[in-house]
Amino acid sequence: MSTLIELGGYGRYVWPAYGLTLALMLAEPWLARRRLARALARARTLEALDR
Amino acid sequence: MNTVALRPPWRLFSLSAPAHFYRATEAVSPLLWATCLVLAAVGLWMGFVVAPTDATQGEAYRIIFIHVPAAWLSMVLYLAMAFWAVLGWAWKVRMASMLARAIAPTGALFTVVALWTGALWGKPTWGTYWVWDARLTSELILLFLYLGYLALVESIDEPRRGDQAGALLALVGAINVPVIYFSVKWWNTLHQGATVSMNAAPKMAGTMLTAMLLMTLACWAYAFAVVFARARAIAVEREAEHQWVAALTRPMEKSA
Amino acid sequence: MSRSVTSAAPADACPPSKGVPARSLSAALLQRDLRLMLRRRGEAALPLGFFLVVAGLQPLGISPEAQLLRQIGPGLLWVAALLAALLPLPALFALDHADGTLEQMLLSEEPLWQLALAKAAAHWLGSGAPLVLLSPLLGLLYGLEGEELLVLALGLLIGTPVLSLIGALGAALTTGLRSAGALILLLVLPLLAPVLIFGAGAVLAVQAGQSAAPHLSLLGAELILAAVATPFLIAQALRISLE
Repeated sequence: MSTLIELGGYGRYVWPAYGLTLALMLAEPWLARRRLARALARARTLEALDR
Repeated sequence: MNTVALRPPWRLFSLSAPAHFYRATEAVSPLLWATCLVLAAVGLWMGFVVAPTDATQGEAYRIIFIHVPAAWLSMVLYLAMAFWAVLGWAWKVRMASMLARAIAPTGALFTVVALWTGALWGKPTWGTYWVWDARLTSELILLFLYLGYLALVESIDEPRRGDQAGALLALVGAINVPVIYFSVKWWNTLHQGATVSMNAAPKMAGTMLTAMLLMTLACWAYAFAVVFARARAIAVEREAEHQWVAALTRPMEKSA
Repeated sequence: MSRSVTSAAPADACPPSKGVPARSLSAALLQRDLRLMLRRRGEAALPLGFFLVVAGLQPLGISPEAQLLRQIGPGLLWVAALLAALLPLPALFALDHADGTLEQMLLSEEPLWQLALAKAAAHWLGSGAPLVLLSPLLGLLYGLEGEELLVLALGLLIGTPVLSLIGALGAALTTGLRSAGALILLLVLPLLAPVLIFGAGAVLAVQAGQSAAPHLSLLGAELILAAVATPFLIAQALRISLE
């Protein structure tokens, strides 16, 4: 396991590279989902006002 | 629905109607995410476990399994963005414009990933975090083009003007990309001392190529999933007053 | 309609007449813009002042060493010129937008791309051409000499019209927007990377003892491309901004 983390000394380049990528690729869908939820909530409010 | 009035010359299926687009992409979303995860798992396993250590670059080269797909996707997404934006502008297909807007942040993200992973690959391999070679420099300018597009469309309040202005800008950007790339390549090769190039990837063993291909497909699936999700959000934002959105929210109220 | 200091309707310069062909709207537009620039000389000279100050200050952040400055001079001067020329762009269509001239332009019979070309030409004459004239002087600050100065000025002569054209496109897209100035820079500068590369590269080529001809001809090609394609795009952008 430690060889996987160390990667012959290159671990400190490889893992931050993948790490940030993963973080971004988790944040992006989360933000998109949140945007959709907000849009639906707003639409619901507008519809309630119309009635 | 006014989609009957102006149709694109080819039958673009009824996904041009936001309501249908929403339903169709929502249905296919779990499959896209599953595909992405499976491909990424296999790709990373191949890249880290199966593929051999490189003789010259050691383990650092394994960054290319995310660097190359990200760079490639950042360019393809820009073209896709320009394509859909111009389509939406020329044939007044609202969903196309919304799709273009949805692509932009993801394209920018992949550009950032390409630059970040490129820097982390460059440091152990060539000694510096940044290298002004043609590909990386063009990638940087591509980031500027994305940021410009996002800045422009975000600063325009009226959606239609924003869509059209963005389409024009994306078109000009897309046309300029080869010009920019050519001139950057010229600039790079003219100056002695520019001996480093990101082209110097390790001689690719078969397993490395397979891993890279799998990761590219995984990123593709990811891009589809995220872009569709964002496009759904934009569609609901814009069409909040329409019937189909009301139909979406009504079942929620019943269960509440 | 009274003539105010801030604007002069182009129609005033083009009185209807019988039998004598009226001057085209583009020519009238160009003349009016130049006249306005001459009236506000201080404001019109801002790009020049900017060019001068930026070119003069940059060495303070780097080094007084002559050899180094000679090497980086062309690039720094070109960047300073780019920024200086792009400075007055927000106002290019903003004032016309505010007083209704822009709408008149859209409604006129004359092709919008021609009017757009006239606006870009006015911008170049007021903000681009003076930079070309000042550049040899500023080149001296960086220790450039003789042929280097000539190629610098020549490159700017070919490159600044491209700036005006693409800059006008940026201005047209951002008409009436808040922070249009910063937006224009963000949109336009990446597109001008080739101009920067070839313009500065021409001077560097001369410094290396090579011919500047390839660089200058590529610049020329960019100019031709821009001149042919951009006015139409500017017209489209204006229509988008006004609807």
